[in-house]
Amino acid sequence: MKTDAKGKTYPPFEYEVGKEKIREYAYAVGEDNPVYFERAKAKEAGFRDIPAPPMFAVVYSAGSVGPAVLDPEVGINFAMMVHGSQEFVWDEPVCAGDTITTETSVKDISERGGMGFYVFESVSRNQDGREVVRGTWTNIVRGVS
Amino acid sequence: MNVELKVTPDKYLPHRYAGASGDFNPIHIDPEFAKQVGLPGNILHGLYTMAQVARASVNAAGGDPRALKRLSVQFRGMGFPEQEITVTGSVKEERDGRVVIETEAEQGGKRIIRNAEAELSLDRR
Repeated sequence: MKTDAKGKTYPPFEYEVGKEKIREYAYAVGEDNPVYFERAKAKEAGFRDIPAPPMFAVVYSAGSVGPAVLDPEVGINFAMMVHGSQEFVWDEPVCAGDTITTETSVKDISERGGMGFYVFESVSRNQDGREVVRGTWTNIVRGVS
Repeated sequence: MNVELKVTPDKYLPHRYAGASGDFNPIHIDPEFAKQVGLPGNILHGLYTMAQVARASVNAAGGDPRALKRLSVQFRGMGFPEQEITVTGSVKEERDGRVVIETEAEQGGKRIIRNAEAELSLDRR
């Protein structure tokens, strides 16, 4: 299997976080905390504006991670791919009105027992340069050699 | 610290999650396509199920999303709409206001997320 894309980085991707997109996401995943839906409640709880649920990280990261996973130089066989594991490490909360910039790199490509492990790392920062989340995305591909 | 969350995603949940997340892979939203590629039916997005583990973790910490500092999961097996998902967990270690909990998500007797670990900060209110 090809491993030469290891270490490759991709151009930053910018995402503007909107209150209504947070509402849509929060509703879809079953969040019921009013801080995600009412600005007054969010401010009362000490947020700058409506906060994004932690897993909203997938929404603003997708535009950065997607092209890396799809990169022909990485060479994933999608018919045999599963999303094996996922980690997020959160720092500064993300709120409506933030602009989040995410950069993705190929952290590792390796083979164990006929399975390919493709590990991508995404680092997302807000408009003040504060890190908001660091994601580790591991895709497993069966039948590599 | 009690970690338990039960949720039954309805038939159209994968469509709503697809719209919310931008992941329109047909294996999640098209039962016929899913069957053509050998699945029993359309399957839940793994990151939706991870979001349920995140919710269970935040709830266990008292409901403030800022308490969740880290979450790692392994996806194993497929989740399906219209079947109850149960997230359970227990405290693995606790010190200096930081708690690490181990969790898993189960559906129909199968673990669909396992070896999940969440780090919670109980300091911030």
